Amino acid sequence: MGTNVVNALAGVSVRIEPGEFVAVMGPSGSGKTTFMNLLGCLDRPSAGKYLFEGHEVSAYDHTELARLRNQKIGFVFQNFNLLPRITALDNVALPLAYGKFARGERRQRAEVALREVGLGDRMDHRPVQLSGGQQQRVAIARAIVGSPSLILADEPTGALDTKTGVEIMGILQSLNDRGITIVLVTHEPDIAEHASRVLSFRDGRMIRDEKGVGRRAGAPPASQPHLVAVAGH
Amino acid sequence: MTPADLLFSALQSLRSNTMRSVLTALGIIIGVGAVITIVAIGAGAQANIEKVIEQIGSNMLTISPGQARDGGAQQGAASRPTLTAEDADALKTVPGVSAVAPEVRGPVQVILGNQNWRTNVVGITEDFFTVRNWKLNKGRNFEDWEIDAGEKIVILGSTVAEKVFPGSDPINQIIRIDRVPFTVIGVTAAKGQSSFGQNQDDIIFVPLKTAQQRILGGRLIKPDSVQQIAVLARTAKEVDVVERDLAELLRDRHAIVPGRADDFQIRNTSEIFQARAGATEVMTLLLTAIASVSLLVGGIGIMNIMLVSVTERTREIGVRMAIGASRTDVMMQFLIEALALSMIGGIIGIILGMICSQLTAHFAGWPLRIEMTSILLAVGFSAAVGIFFGYYPARKAARLDPIEALRYA
Repeated sequence: MGTNVVNALAGVSVRIEPGEFVAVMGPSGSGKTTFMNLLGCLDRPSAGKYLFEGHEVSAYDHTELARLRNQKIGFVFQNFNLLPRITALDNVALPLAYGKFARGERRQRAEVALREVGLGDRMDHRPVQLSGGQQQRVAIARAIVGSPSLILADEPTGALDTKTGVEIMGILQSLNDRGITIVLVTHEPDIAEHASRVLSFRDGRMIRDEKGVGRRAGAPPASQPHLVAVAGH
Repeated sequence: MTPADLLFSALQSLRSNTMRSVLTALGIIIGVGAVITIVAIGAGAQANIEKVIEQIGSNMLTISPGQARDGGAQQGAASRPTLTAEDADALKTVPGVSAVAPEVRGPVQVILGNQNWRTNVVGITEDFFTVRNWKLNKGRNFEDWEIDAGEKIVILGSTVAEKVFPGSDPINQIIRIDRVPFTVIGVTAAKGQSSFGQNQDDIIFVPLKTAQQRILGGRLIKPDSVQQIAVLARTAKEVDVVERDLAELLRDRHAIVPGRADDFQIRNTSEIFQARAGATEVMTLLLTAIASVSLLVGGIGIMNIMLVSVTERTREIGVRMAIGASRTDVMMQFLIEALALSMIGGIIGIILGMICSQLTAHFAGWPLRIEMTSILLAVGFSAAVGIFFGYYPARKAARLDPIEALRYA
């Protein structure tokens, strides 16, 4: 196929502090998805460095990346991505199963997480028995059950109506209030309003980094920097 | 994920596609069932043959007159009456021989009043019952002098006794064999069917000399010849040596020069059955091989379905990877699923095989022999099939790129 290399992302240098609420915006093909994949340790940069809490993860192997995702990162997807054949509780407990938790503890923690998102009464429902908003709450519970330091949300409100979307954003905000760093991809300026910082991407480059925007402008960044993303040229 | 988690999730996944799982396992079920049944049938047949050999005794040799080959033309055994009662007497001197029983046989008519029964007569000496493993039910055996004198006395097989003397005691009764009157002195115990399916009890016994001279003589055989000599070696170990010595003695007596073929045939009875046992074994092996092909096909079916399953669940795999499943976790998940499929098939196959063997054993009247080794082998084989054919799909799942997998529609 020749030697054409397409850089999905180039010259991006970003440092995200613990406790920040970051919105990532940009048209499709802008490189924001690649950026998110790198942050989420689903992909490794072909050049450049990614430090997560001071650790160079570019050099991690598949198993180490999997462990990092399991313990430090929670994912929330646009289309929820719950496993359809198991209950809400089992879906939420699934990351803990990969984290070698004992059965009883998994269940207990999953129950706590589900109550936190307001689904204490829907634990034994399967995804098809839940509304879109409820499914996304289950997905958020799954993301927080392992007490991660970072939550990555890829258009979490994209498949929901406005009212439900606002509810979901409320949950993410309350998580951020507890000190969890949140990075959110969105098209909608309304949703980006929730963030304290907005990164805009275009053609594989970061064209804007606006701090102190939106409703969350007043939120103080935590003292210790823990996240640095540097993509190569 | 703990092994229990893996097993639980594998069973859950198999159950959510019940029909597909059952059909996939069917290949293994049929394969394992067939192997178990065939091995059991083979073992049963083998046991049956062993039982027969035990019955006739493994230390018996039979000598028949006639040579196997004559100028390139195959001659049937007994085509030439070359064995005599004197040969039989001489054979008693061979070391290692415990008993010698010469005999002649032929069809006769037994008459008592208006009873009329067609049967076979055997002319024997007093050692016959020992050598051939017959028991007397009533009366007594012939004595030496009675045989030498050609007395007109008869021992009846149990079938003949029942037919000619229904409900009455035949001892000391007179019957006529081809118009000659004989006194009944004994009745043998029932021996049942031969391994070739003939009724062995439809028979009567008379002294050898009587048979040669009064009944069969001149009609079917030369007066002094015998049709067969059964020789009992003292132990089964000595059979080979005795066989060689017997041949040597007979060649000597028949003045056969070195280089010429024997004019008699010696057969080791157990050899015949051992040959049959060998044939059964080969047949069993062949059928097992054919049945194993079905296991192989079943394995390919598992691989096929697992590949479909991996493709169908690409997105699920992506989600699992995103939330922290390592490649090993994903690999194990699908491997355990394939293993569960093949093992469940294997276990059902074993049960099916046991039922089939039970039925076969019941209808064939054989002893049932399901060996533990064949069950362990079946379990091991189905596990191996599951792992072997599950490996490639599982590896394919484990190697998926989580980003691609999550994007899969």
